Amino acid sequence: MSNQGKMDCGRRRLVVATAAVGGVGAVAALVPFVSSLLPSERAKAAGAPVEVDISKLESGQMMTVEWRGKPVWIINRTKEMMDTLPKLADLVADPKSDKDQQPAYAKNDTRSVKPEIMVVVGICTHLGCSPSQKFKAGTEEGMPDGWLGGFLCPCHGSTFDFAGRVYKSKPAPTNLEVPPHVYLADTRILIGEDKKGA
Amino acid sequence: MAGGTFEKYKSDGSLAGNALEWVDARFPATSLWKGHLSEYYCPKNFNFWYFFGSLALLVLVIQIVTGIFLVMHYKPDAALNANGVPIAFASVEYIMRDVPGGWLIRYMHSTGASAFFIVVYLHMFRGLLYGSYRKPRELTWLFGVGIFLVLMGEAFFGYLLPWGQMSYWGAQVIVNLFSAIPVIGSDLSLIIRGDFVVGDATLNRFFSFHVIAFPLVLIGLVAAHVLALHETGSNNPDGVEIKANKDENGIPRDGIPFHPYYTVKDIVGVVVFLMVFSAVMFWAPEGGGYFLETPNFYPADPLKTPPHIAPVWYFTPFYSILRAVTYPLFGLDAKFWGVVAMGASVVIFAFLPWLDRSPVKSIRYRGPIYKSLLTIFVIVFFVLGYLGTLSPSPMGELVSQICSVFYFGFFLGMPWWSRMDKFSPVPDRVTFK
Amino acid sequence: MKKFLIALLFAPIMAFASGSTAHIDKWPGSVSDKAALQNGAKLFVNYCLNCHGASYMRYKNLLDLGLTEQQVKENLMFTSDKIGELMRVAARSDEQKLWFGATPPDLTIITRARGEAGNAAAGADWLYTYLRSFYRDENRPTGWNNTVFENVGMPHILYGLQGQQVMNHETHKLELAVPGTMPPAEFDKSVSDLVGFMVWMGEPQQEFRRTLGWFVLAFLAVLFVAAYALKKEFWKDIH
Repeated sequence: MSNQGKMDCGRRRLVVATAAVGGVGAVAALVPFVSSLLPSERAKAAGAPVEVDISKLESGQMMTVEWRGKPVWIINRTKEMMDTLPKLADLVADPKSDKDQQPAYAKNDTRSVKPEIMVVVGICTHLGCSPSQKFKAGTEEGMPDGWLGGFLCPCHGSTFDFAGRVYKSKPAPTNLEVPPHVYLADTRILIGEDKKGA
Repeated sequence: MAGGTFEKYKSDGSLAGNALEWVDARFPATSLWKGHLSEYYCPKNFNFWYFFGSLALLVLVIQIVTGIFLVMHYKPDAALNANGVPIAFASVEYIMRDVPGGWLIRYMHSTGASAFFIVVYLHMFRGLLYGSYRKPRELTWLFGVGIFLVLMGEAFFGYLLPWGQMSYWGAQVIVNLFSAIPVIGSDLSLIIRGDFVVGDATLNRFFSFHVIAFPLVLIGLVAAHVLALHETGSNNPDGVEIKANKDENGIPRDGIPFHPYYTVKDIVGVVVFLMVFSAVMFWAPEGGGYFLETPNFYPADPLKTPPHIAPVWYFTPFYSILRAVTYPLFGLDAKFWGVVAMGASVVIFAFLPWLDRSPVKSIRYRGPIYKSLLTIFVIVFFVLGYLGTLSPSPMGELVSQICSVFYFGFFLGMPWWSRMDKFSPVPDRVTFK
Repeated sequence: MKKFLIALLFAPIMAFASGSTAHIDKWPGSVSDKAALQNGAKLFVNYCLNCHGASYMRYKNLLDLGLTEQQVKENLMFTSDKIGELMRVAARSDEQKLWFGATPPDLTIITRARGEAGNAAAGADWLYTYLRSFYRDENRPTGWNNTVFENVGMPHILYGLQGQQVMNHETHKLELAVPGTMPPAEFDKSVSDLVGFMVWMGEPQQEFRRTLGWFVLAFLAVLFVAAYALKKEFWKDIH
């Protein structure tokens, strides 16, 4: 009554058929379990678009708002800050923002919708720390000579300019992410959505 | 058979073969496989009653897997949230509504709880039908009774977690049962609750017991139950020992290897079970208000008892026995004896191997006494169960008293009546058509 | 003998009548009637949500009733402007407790909570009857009483629609003394829609659940055929 070597063709076919149907069922049964690991409706609601009033944001100032639990920086860049951007074309890794780190409408020299207003997710693209402000050109402590101002990630030393572009030969692989955002009015930005909510 | 020695795996020279040989030299892979599956010989005459053991194992797996995922979202917290709802209760509705696929996982778990008891009750009844608890399988039976006890605890702890009205007041009543024990009673229920009423402390410790302590013990007992069974070999509907008749190779003549014959057969049982399970889960997840009791859709309110509290259906036979005891005895009040009777009604199953003195195991060769008494026992069990779902009434009390007397009489009288029956001759070999 | 035992085990033991005194009308609606559910949703947010929360339910779920986000925001959202928000009650529960003596219960799963052992769907029938059974009673602080919920704390919130009923103490039946804006049949339909919405809200995915059940059962039937053939094939060996 040994089962070894006695498996005829029809029997083998039945085993395969049952295993195949059962396997499909097993995979289907995984669906609720795997999907339960995705963000819940509560998480999605908490990650809903955030409306920001920037009328009080003075030139040269930066504000931080929370969107999906992440810091989003809004920087009102001064003329001097803007002027640093073209100079850095050779020093940053992706000067033309070719990598997909921004919506199409922010793929330009300033990486923004309005030239002076920068909206960017303040999370280093290396391992997720939040870079700190190093706005003063040249004089910031611990920054290299000829520093034109920007951000330094405290964890592994990646540096970014005022458009969130990462310097060459730094751990961070890409520029900082520009979130989807839209101007509801001149000084009101909706972060997290491209067009005005229906 | 299990416990025997098997030759170690010899590689055929292939990479997989070499790997298996390497493993087998360091881990009893071959001997586990052969001893428990491919060369574990089962009687060939199992009928459908023998599905319920493997189904119980399946439900255990369902409960553990769904439980793991529920714990990811559930919060054992009796404090009120911003909407004035206990966080634990709200987290269950969160699972039902906000977690993708959460409702399905939760219904699997809640339906699984009732399915577990249905399958286990049928599995135990199989034991009564064919004398599976008799020598030499007493230890298998005892481990089984242990599993049943732990399962009851597991279900009881789990039922508090949704923190609904039934959860709360059910736990309140059951924990207060312990206060009936003389001298230490009130301190004991205080220790169980961790508070003067069922509260956040109770919820958290019940959560701990439900997800860690009891499942661990349960898995251990299940392993012991299966190991003990595989040591003696399975009984069968004829109650004939197949090991008494072996061929020249030492293999029982009426035995067939568990794998592949009973694996393919159990797969059929599993599919049928899953069909019934799915039908309930998708079309009647409340089980008509018995699997999910409707008052449990109200959050726990310590100031308001629902008009009618009943335990979940699987506890109701024993709950009826508790309520049936209304006489004080030996200076101790009825409450105490009710608790004793309820405990005894469960534990008495453990004594079956020694209460049953019948010369044959299977109901097939037992006479009218066993057949009629067992039938009445089943009816009594159902009547007790039904009465346990109802509010107390004088009529119900009387009926449950009569049923309780029969219930205990069935067991306690067994040493006598089990010998008096008219038996028919037991064949040497199993009957197999 | 064996058959008898099996029959016994599976015998339905669960059907039994409940001991309710007042007559309960059967809820005539259905949760698959989208138009009725939309109407119910409108009634719910206008009449119920002022005092009762539906705090496990998100406005976003209302999209499943065939409404657009725009429609939900304009017609059904008065307390919140975010579609992902929970349908909370505007009033605070501790203040409500002062006004009504008790916090009005959350209504998200009220139809499930009002079910009965043996008839889990009884909650809809009860609500359908309850909401139509208010009558004038000057002895009550609210001026209202109810035949299926004696001395209820809740006033008759729909009386503008239904009108005012009074108890005829000879026939023990309710009579419409002052008509409302809706004829009785229309009012019954509105209450039915409202109850339908609450039944749906108790488990918004319930229709999907039932449909999914058919697919699962159909799949298992296929698996059964395969597994049974496999078993038959292997058991040819056994004589």
